[in-house]
Amino acid sequence: MIHSLFLINNVGDLFLEKHWKSVISRSVCDYFFEAREKAGEPDNVPPVIRTPHHYLINIYRDKIFFVSVIQTEVPPLFVIEFLHRVAETFQDYFGECSETTIKENMVIVYELLEEMLDNGFPLATESNILKELIRPPNILRTMVNTITGSSNVGETLPTGQLSTIPWRRAGVKYTNNEAYFDVVEEIDAILDKSGTTVFAEIQGVIDACVKLSGMPDLTLSFMNPRLLDDVSFHPCVRYKRWESERVISFIPPDGNFQLMSYHISAQNLVAIPVYVKQNISFFESGSSGRLDITVSPKQTMGKVVECVVVTIHMPKVVLSASLNATQGTYKYDPLTKILVWDIGKLNPQNTQKQPNLKGSLSLQSGAPKPEENPSLNIDLKIQQLAISGLKVNRLDMYGEKYKPFKGVKYVTKAGKFQVRT
Amino acid sequence: MTDSKYFTTTKKGEIFELKAELNSDKKEKKKEAVKKVIASMTVGKDVSALFPDVVNCMQTDNLELKKLVYLYLMNYAKSQPDMAIMAVNTFVKDCEDPNPLIRALAVRTMGCIRVDKITEYLCEPLRKCLKDEDPYVRKTAAVCVAKLHDINAQLVEDQGFLDTLKDLISDSNPMVVANAVAALSEIAESHPNSNLLDLNPQTINKLLTALNECTEWGQIFILDCLANYTPRDDRESQSICERVTPRLSHANSAVVLSAVKVLMKFMEMLPKDLDYYGTLLKKLAPPLVTLLSAEPELQYVALRNINLIVQKRPEILKHEMKVFFVKYNDPIYVKLEKLDIMIRLASQANIAQVLAELKEYATEVDVDFVRKAVRAIGRCAIKVEQSAERCVSTLLDLIQTKVNYVVQEAIVVIKDIFRKYPNKYESVIATLCENLDSLDEPEARAAMIWIVGEYAERIDNADELLESFLEGFHDESTQVQLQLLTAIVKLFLKKPTETQELVQQVLSLATQDSDNPDLRDRGYIYWRLLSTDPVAAKEVVLAEKPLISEETDLIEPTLLDELICHIGTLASVYHKPPSAFVEGSRGVQHKRLPARAGSGESAESPEVGQSGTSEAPPAVIPSQGDLLGDLLNLDLAPATTTVPSVQPSMQMGAMDLLGGGLDSLLGGDIGGSPSMGAALGAPAAMPAALSNAPAVGGGLGDLFDLGGGVGMPTGFYVAPKTLFLPAMKAKGLEISGTFARRGGIIQMDLSLTNKAMSVMTDFAIQFNRNSFGLAPAGPLQVLTPLTPNQTIDVSLPLGTTGPVMKMEPLNNLQVAVKNNIDVFYFSCQYPLSLLFVEDGKMERQVFLATWKDIPNDNEAQFQIKDVHLNSDAASNKLQGSNIFTIAKRTVDAQDMLYQSIKLTNGIWVLAEMRVQTGNPNYTVNRNKESCQ
Repeated sequence: MIHSLFLINNVGDLFLEKHWKSVISRSVCDYFFEAREKAGEPDNVPPVIRTPHHYLINIYRDKIFFVSVIQTEVPPLFVIEFLHRVAETFQDYFGECSETTIKENMVIVYELLEEMLDNGFPLATESNILKELIRPPNILRTMVNTITGSSNVGETLPTGQLSTIPWRRAGVKYTNNEAYFDVVEEIDAILDKSGTTVFAEIQGVIDACVKLSGMPDLTLSFMNPRLLDDVSFHPCVRYKRWESERVISFIPPDGNFQLMSYHISAQNLVAIPVYVKQNISFFESGSSGRLDITVSPKQTMGKVVECVVVTIHMPKVVLSASLNATQGTYKYDPLTKILVWDIGKLNPQNTQKQPNLKGSLSLQSGAPKPEENPSLNIDLKIQQLAISGLKVNRLDMYGEKYKPFKGVKYVTKAGKFQVRT
Repeated sequence: MTDSKYFTTTKKGEIFELKAELNSDKKEKKKEAVKKVIASMTVGKDVSALFPDVVNCMQTDNLELKKLVYLYLMNYAKSQPDMAIMAVNTFVKDCEDPNPLIRALAVRTMGCIRVDKITEYLCEPLRKCLKDEDPYVRKTAAVCVAKLHDINAQLVEDQGFLDTLKDLISDSNPMVVANAVAALSEIAESHPNSNLLDLNPQTINKLLTALNECTEWGQIFILDCLANYTPRDDRESQSICERVTPRLSHANSAVVLSAVKVLMKFMEMLPKDLDYYGTLLKKLAPPLVTLLSAEPELQYVALRNINLIVQKRPEILKHEMKVFFVKYNDPIYVKLEKLDIMIRLASQANIAQVLAELKEYATEVDVDFVRKAVRAIGRCAIKVEQSAERCVSTLLDLIQTKVNYVVQEAIVVIKDIFRKYPNKYESVIATLCENLDSLDEPEARAAMIWIVGEYAERIDNADELLESFLEGFHDESTQVQLQLLTAIVKLFLKKPTETQELVQQVLSLATQDSDNPDLRDRGYIYWRLLSTDPVAAKEVVLAEKPLISEETDLIEPTLLDELICHIGTLASVYHKPPSAFVEGSRGVQHKRLPARAGSGESAESPEVGQSGTSEAPPAVIPSQGDLLGDLLNLDLAPATTTVPSVQPSMQMGAMDLLGGGLDSLLGGDIGGSPSMGAALGAPAAMPAALSNAPAVGGGLGDLFDLGGGVGMPTGFYVAPKTLFLPAMKAKGLEISGTFARRGGIIQMDLSLTNKAMSVMTDFAIQFNRNSFGLAPAGPLQVLTPLTPNQTIDVSLPLGTTGPVMKMEPLNNLQVAVKNNIDVFYFSCQYPLSLLFVEDGKMERQVFLATWKDIPNDNEAQFQIKDVHLNSDAASNKLQGSNIFTIAKRTVDAQDMLYQSIKLTNGIWVLAEMRVQTGNPNYTVNRNKESCQ
């Protein structure tokens, strides 16, 4: 199982190590550093690295490498999932997962890691249970602790640990009982030069914030459940009922959690909300090039497309850009070679004057014409719309007497939305 | 205030300050001090000097302080074992605490203190905790058994903890079950044969029940454990599949992949016509696709596994091509894997899309990725014949870009396309030649040279082109040098008049000025060939090449089946069996897919096979990799350095068989029959063949010849009797004889003739020690006295249990015959086929695995000429001599027969025979291994 964990920041400092079995010298990380060096970009470090006596399985999150050491045949996905869980737990406890916060909360981090893994076997990874065992830091509690001498470690066995619903703690009480659901859809798409869809799919999640007293049993149903043929559920969801009735029936964890994720595949027709017309060309001579991009709304179902941002990774030889934007602002960073055009809202009424970015690029003189074509990355957001058309029908609660306040929100975003040139 | 305050140092010295604080009377101060100690520990500072002071803080009712001290103990107990003993009492006391949290914590921590003395004290508390009323304590204790086993395995066995652990599989709490399974699995890994996880339908049922209720991590352990089970029949298999399927919708991708493993394995047992089989196939696709929307690290592992799944069951993802399209900001490791899967999924239906994508990728920034994309285009051409033309034109477009590495890659793949579709696309050669100067990588140079040599007759200035390469001959890499040598020889054979000088030059460069033995050897071979028999040289050098295989880099089926059983593990990431790399895997078991129900014939019928891969083409021989690979090397790769030697002095018995034994059998025994000229196999085999020319190929040829020609009933071939002992040398006794194998018994048939004047009596026979331990199994039955001029025929049964001594040649037998006159000695040679036993039919699986395992230098090759039999008849004929055909397949109008032979002393010989229809020549590739 998982033997040790090393946390390494993106400049290569090892700032935390934890061993669940015998101690493994940190020199084992030299193999990681070697691979890190070879990979160039931190994103490109291979997740599984083989060394003569160990395997290093690592993830890169929030500018930190989580490097775990294993010695026997352990499913790598198991390790990777666990590492992500560690990162999420830090995020959950300290608000952000960064080297600074981890160092500031070193003791809690250590206590958490000890609680999450025993002898390399996952012990408690549910945030509910962890929070009962080790209370997250906050200013008020630190003060109270200092005054009263009490600690931030729970004295009793967490109730959820052993029940068949480990995700919920007992005795939850709220004065305002409320349940909110966010349906968030991301469009992953690749469009080619001419604007034709090469590939498009939707990754959807339903995030929930449930603050209900007692042991509520909820049922969520959809207007059009047939859209969902590829789903992954939080462990609280009763799979059998989904199979037979296509409703989501569950006893929710307390607080924020992801109820389900779904995937609407490339085979269904995915509506593309914007149309991008672009032309980026470099001239053979004169060390210059031209850029002309127009973005206009397309299939938006009558909603407004907001927060539209176009990001372009320019080839290395592009020194500067002198452009003119009819809407929004643009910025070219000659160091990272990234051109960002922040457009803002797309006005659906004014079809005559679509946002346009136009002008010339100047290249390093004498350098050959770049071989590669830069791709455009599009960011956008549409409120009150799930682009797949998914709609929640109703939410019912059983098992408790009070009447909760309920709400559903929809939002569509661009995921990995790329336009090739 | 945050924990960073614990890192502040003072002038006086940190350790000193901490020591004072730890011994403070104030609880709060103590706790803060321990926190500081822990904080220092986490960043790797050595605070072990504080050990006694920290341990003193252990006796406390404050849980947080206790936990912190435990953390410290776990870290430093190893370096201070004597001090750690001081803590034992507190541990034992804590194991009795009314609070289950403390009981569990104590037993958990004790297990982490890897000090022998402490483990002794651990046993009693652990035993209690394993039977604790609180499941939280039980589940913690279960893991503790695994910890203890890691420290002292013997102790765990002696104390009977393993049995207690097995009992916990039936525990009422699913979490306890899951942890017990996890602990047992970990222990089982170090005891592969201990049968710790004895799975039977009852335990399986318990596991399946626990599966629904335990945590996600527990589900992974249980699923991985389930995957080791082999259901009794297809119904059980189906019911397990039904109960596992819901796991495919789990949010944890490790759970999903473990479930996929169970399903992929158990599916093997389901009859294909079952509706459920189809349903299951459909259910597998969405979760696999979903894995690709996860974080890149997860995607990578998922893709490596999908690569296996696609090879095993292409139907699952055949419509999902688009999800494998590459995004420009995917990490490089994801990009490369996606590309690989795209090619595996490429078919006539989607090839247009795929090609458009690949062309797009060829203009990306990342050089490695671009190269692989260009190669992928070539692989598409080879895989989907209809697309070849489009692929070639795409490649030509790419060559026009003049981007250096793109051009080089393109030329390498175009060479392969030429191999696959000869005489179809040679019109592009002109374009290729234009780019000659820009090639600076050996592989591309070698490919280009190959093309020039191969098509020398169509390229007007081929000699100039090759000559230009020759100038810097010694600076080239071996690959290029070898290629250049071959290409120029080819050119010479095609245009002998103009290129004589060139060929002289290259031959002398290769043979005289080079230090590379491969190059020198190849040079000499060509030289000798050209000087002795130009016609033969032409036949050899310009021989028709086997076509390139369509599925070049498929994983070999047995390995694939094994890897399918290891989905989700490191083995699946590396595409290697666990035995190949897992450290300390003491005899990892090879996992196998279960057989499909209804294929009861199992091993007997090669058509069904054991693996249940009945949809695969009848032969399961790896396509290119090892077998054809060697042949393809003929021209392409850097020469294989295996020069099969015929020198009779090899180190091992097994080698002897190959080097001396079989060859001398084949040659010496029946050799010299004029119809059986020897021919050459691969260039590497040439020196062997040359020096041994008339001998090779004799024996087997004889088997065919006689059997086929006279139309004898198939059976063991018996050579006519030869004279063993002339009368002159044995005072009138003449002995001739031969050897035969009848019904599994080896017999020596002897004709004894009395050419003397007096009666002969009292015959007896004895053998000297010999290579295979042949010895008379009974007395020589000459009952009546042998009168003058009388001939008597006797059959002497032989056993193979006599004393063994290596003979020269291997099949030499020294015999002593005694009669009333004197003792006479003679030696004779027996055919090696005498020793081929009837149970020499190897299982296909084993055959494949063995073939792979045999090192290349155990391989020899030769041709048998002028045998007018088709492969089936040959196979029948050979079967009569206990040479068993394991599999047959047809590649490009050649029948490949894969055969196995077992010798009486347990040595196996594996052979591959290629029979070209209409061509009376057979090529035999021999491979062998010893079982001892």
